[in-house]
Amino acid sequence: MLSNLQLLIDVPVLNVQLLLDGLMIGAIFALAAYGLALVWGVMNVKNLAQGEFVIMGGYIAFFMYRDLGLNPLWALPVAGLVMFGFGWLLYELVIRWVIGRDLFTSLLATFGMAIVIQQLLNLIFGPDVQTAESGLGTQLFLGSVTVQEIRALSLVIAGVLALMVVVFMKNSRMGQAIRATAQDPRAARVMGIDTDKVYAFTFALNAAICGAAGVLISMIWVIQPFYGIPHSIRSFVIVVAAGLGNLPGVIVTALGLGVLEQYGGFGFGAEYQQAVVVGLLLVVLVIRQIMQARHRQVVQ
Amino acid sequence: MSPRRRALGIYGVIAAVSLAAPFAFDAYISQLTVLWVMVLFAITWDAMGGQMGYNSLGNIFFFGAGMYISAVVQIGLHYDVAEYTAAYGAIKVDFTPAQYFTGITLGTVVAAFGAVALAVVLSGVVFGLRGPYFAIGTLGIALAAGELVGAWDYVGAGSGISLPVFPGPPEDGERFFYFAFFVAAVLTFFFFRWLYGTRFGLAINAIRDDEEKAEAMGIRTRRYKTITWSLSAFFLGICGALFGNYNIFIEPLEVAFATVVFGIPMVVMSLLGGKGTLWGPVIGAVLYHVIKEATWTYLLGWQWVALGLLIVITVVFFQQGIMGWVQDKWPALFGIEVEEAPAEETPGTGRETP
Repeated sequence: MLSNLQLLIDVPVLNVQLLLDGLMIGAIFALAAYGLALVWGVMNVKNLAQGEFVIMGGYIAFFMYRDLGLNPLWALPVAGLVMFGFGWLLYELVIRWVIGRDLFTSLLATFGMAIVIQQLLNLIFGPDVQTAESGLGTQLFLGSVTVQEIRALSLVIAGVLALMVVVFMKNSRMGQAIRATAQDPRAARVMGIDTDKVYAFTFALNAAICGAAGVLISMIWVIQPFYGIPHSIRSFVIVVAAGLGNLPGVIVTALGLGVLEQYGGFGFGAEYQQAVVVGLLLVVLVIRQIMQARHRQVVQ
Repeated sequence: MSPRRRALGIYGVIAAVSLAAPFAFDAYISQLTVLWVMVLFAITWDAMGGQMGYNSLGNIFFFGAGMYISAVVQIGLHYDVAEYTAAYGAIKVDFTPAQYFTGITLGTVVAAFGAVALAVVLSGVVFGLRGPYFAIGTLGIALAAGELVGAWDYVGAGSGISLPVFPGPPEDGERFFYFAFFVAAVLTFFFFRWLYGTRFGLAINAIRDDEEKAEAMGIRTRRYKTITWSLSAFFLGICGALFGNYNIFIEPLEVAFATVVFGIPMVVMSLLGGKGTLWGPVIGAVLYHVIKEATWTYLLGWQWVALGLLIVITVVFFQQGIMGWVQDKWPALFGIEVEEAPAEETPGTGRETP
């Protein structure tokens, strides 16, 4: 373990590699985390099926790659649309009954959904670890830093998608309605906004964002029916650490998490990578608790 | 018939059926054994989630911890644990019956108190968290434990530990474990039944209903929460130690810290039966287990899809549970007098954070 850390000092170019890999993966984490923050902030629903949405998007890309012989990049709009519809359906079937209930209900209900999605994916695609080949090459920098073109491309795509969502939220009629509902649902209803439709749209938009993130994940990483939970946990780590409605915070935290995970995996060994993610969740919760305790004392 | 005699009659019938079941339904003994495990799970979860209002998603942690503690103790009495796990089953344990039963007894006791120690240590971390953060934090503990144990070579990492096999014919072993779990579940039930009748029970109910007010009334909420969690951990530790021996082979993700197989169903069983009631978790556990076994038999391949749907439906549409529903329907049975046109009641937890 320590020899690995020594290696980082001896071969500084390795740091560049880890940093780049971390940033490129972190950008995709940011997408899923933003979706979670959106749903959490607007509807007060904590979606534990976030990771499963990501994996579903990944399987849509994998399906197009394996069975239709298309480049998985074409799956981006398809996965976005399919997942939008799926999200809307889930809202009508389950989520609309959860809004306004206590938060534990939403956690458990979405966890149940997560189990159903995992199992359905397992039945359709089997339990093997899969990846979708984008057919792009690899670039070499600084002698030993490798950058897969698809990773660089997905960083750009993630950035563009994030920008699109931000512009949409700021300028479109629906985006404004979503923000109004988040601020005060009752007032929004009084002003003639159909909050039920806003909620449905928000949840569907979240699913679509996750689906797009999943397409990128399937190309640069691996997907498997049961790999959703770490993605859900990551989204929670990011949102709890950054706070709700703090988009720059979400992006920075997500990039930081990506880098931290790369270093964690490198330092402790790959078998600890999942443990690092979950451990970070606990660390973030404990820090939050300490900060709240301080806050409580101030109030007294 | 007085209520007391009626209760005695119910207990008598249950006891008679439970004692006769392993002999009458020989073919289903393993399902019946796991049924008691499920009952114990639901009761211990309900002490936290139903009676105290702290919805933990990570109680499975104590089950897994107990399992591993007991395994290490049992193996460690006679072998070097690191050597044993490194051999991946090449070393065959060969215990005399005396060695086996002292090992299992000692392992269970150490596991129970080890789980309590872990609960006390962790209470410092989790009880500052409120509402959904508590649920996420405890879920995180259970998931992290699975991952960490899965990477820890001393306890066999991901490939687990094989435990000694019951000395004697397999049928005797199955009956031994049936009665072990039966006794454990019954002890748990009566312990918590007694506990809910004491001042302690009132105090944790007060915490559920309004923690701030309870604290203002002079209840040391932190202490009560830690004790309740430790009590859950104590019984789960015992259950885990026994389950490891029953299963013979233990492994971190699918057996010990099995969040999807046991961790979440714990909660669902309590909700299904009616949380915050004495009998609710028991009824919920029986019902859940029957449904689970039925789906395993008739919907093979789709069983987890069906169970996932059951979770969603229970949580979203039927959160008051069977006991809550019965209570709404026939309040007189519970000695509750209802005025006409009662105020609209919201099912679910007493302590809601909007």
